[in-house]
Amino acid sequence: MVKDTRISTKLWAAANWTLIGFFIVNLLAMIATVVTSSFATRWLGTWLPAGWTTRWYSAAWSEFQLHDVLLVTFQIVFLVVILSGLIGVPAAYALARRDFPGKKLVMLLFLLPLLVPPITFGIPLATVLYQTGFAGQMSGVVLANLVPTVPFVILVMIPFIEQIDTKIEQAARVFGANTFKLFVHVLLPLLMPGILAALLLVLVRTLAMFELTFLTAGPTSQTLVVALYYAVFASGVRAVQSIDAMAVIYMVTTLIWLIIALRFVNPTQIVARAKK
Amino acid sequence: MSADVSIPLKQRLAARGLDGLTLLVVPAVLFLLALFIYPFLYGLFLSFEPKQGGVLANYQRFFSDSFLYGTIGTTLWLALPVTVATLALAIPIAFRVRLMRNQRLLTTILVIPITLGTVLVAEGLLNYLGPQGWFNRTLMTLGIISSPVKLLHNYWGVMLSLVITGFPFTFLLTLSYLSGIDPALENAGATLGAGPWERFKHILFPLLLPGLAITFCLSFVQAFSVFPSAVLLGAPAGPTRVISIAAYQAAFEEYDYSMASAVAMIMALVQLAIVVAVLAARGLLYRGPAGGGKG
Repeated sequence: MVKDTRISTKLWAAANWTLIGFFIVNLLAMIATVVTSSFATRWLGTWLPAGWTTRWYSAAWSEFQLHDVLLVTFQIVFLVVILSGLIGVPAAYALARRDFPGKKLVMLLFLLPLLVPPITFGIPLATVLYQTGFAGQMSGVVLANLVPTVPFVILVMIPFIEQIDTKIEQAARVFGANTFKLFVHVLLPLLMPGILAALLLVLVRTLAMFELTFLTAGPTSQTLVVALYYAVFASGVRAVQSIDAMAVIYMVTTLIWLIIALRFVNPTQIVARAKK
Repeated sequence: MSADVSIPLKQRLAARGLDGLTLLVVPAVLFLLALFIYPFLYGLFLSFEPKQGGVLANYQRFFSDSFLYGTIGTTLWLALPVTVATLALAIPIAFRVRLMRNQRLLTTILVIPITLGTVLVAEGLLNYLGPQGWFNRTLMTLGIISSPVKLLHNYWGVMLSLVITGFPFTFLLTLSYLSGIDPALENAGATLGAGPWERFKHILFPLLLPGLAITFCLSFVQAFSVFPSAVLLGAPAGPTRVISIAAYQAAFEEYDYSMASAVAMIMALVQLAIVVAVLAARGLLYRGPAGGGKG
């Protein structure tokens, strides 16, 4: 690239960096506010709190029954992760390897749940789940969350499977492997990095999925993010710091998995899934 | 047909790509037909079976009650400016960042608000933008304002929360489209003496336009379905009573699933209308420069 040294170009670059810097500073300050508040004894009308304490964490833990909420959250999330892998990966394999009539229509069927926002399809979905008796309990929440995660796994896995040489599979077939054996002994080990990445992204997305869980959860099947919503919604009932402590617990839970996921995927992949 | 009879059905299907392996797609298709397509159709039919009145009673009620039809305008008034603003910010910054060698730190920071989600951002902004929060304090210390700006429980709170989750989304999507453009094209332009503005206007922007149209649609649809932040940061009874709140209240406060389905269908229709309009405009805009450039 030809290096541009004109002053107008430099000013324009500086303006761009200022904007992005301003955005990031505000974002980090927002997160820092929550963390600071969760450790504050009293924080009114000053830059920093009057004193520091960790008692809000134990308060939040018992007030919001976080033990139960976390248990439910992880049960739901792991069920979603495993089921979306079991349904999604074989489907992605079939789509990556075969051309059949109506394939475009099938692809559209898998794209739509990712393009339509959850609140739009969530309301009719919740209606159906309430009438069939699934909603209000864990199975309903899992079913609702699978609607966007199954297509997500499929769309992430298709390019990954396409890059695996078909000769390897043919060799396995020649030596007498059936489809099941081929999957377990040949494909699964080869696909493991891709599956891991896709499922970790599903895990992060499900932890943070508010709308679908909110619409289908009953009192005993709330995930952490829904419990946080209700706590903020009813703020005034509890101390602000206690809600902030819960928010920090939510942030830590989500960000740990994000960091693990980012070891396997590029950050832009989290957003650009719909492009394929 | 008589020639086909001698070939077994299995082989004929396999020749068209249908064999045992293809069947692996069936569970996923059935699952989505049952839990995505069926609920949508069910909702559509349910919306024509109102609790009282004729077939179209729900829709008549929606479009005659300003408390209901007003939500479309309210939501558009939030979603459109946010989408245009985030896109206007994202394009120059994506052009800047594209030249960076190490983008990973920046993209990782930007993916955080998307990952944390709207509820956490709303919770954080309640502290941060409050009258005693760091944002107002900094502005007052710098002497920009004399008394705290009211940014919560009104239009601006929702707007800012949408920018915080929407900007990274728009930016990362734009960046991924921009990285897909062959740098040789731009280098050729530079070699022939085109400055940065000319290169942007005549080479990169036309190539980026189809991607931008998709980015616009996705960002708009996200912003249009705003829900938790409109409740937590906005004024859900008035200025930020968005359409998803109307749908939620119909379903879970009035238990009128028929009305809720009608609102959800209207919400989907408005989104579809904007997406179709943008994609149609892309078709008009894009054919021009590409056709002219090749000739």
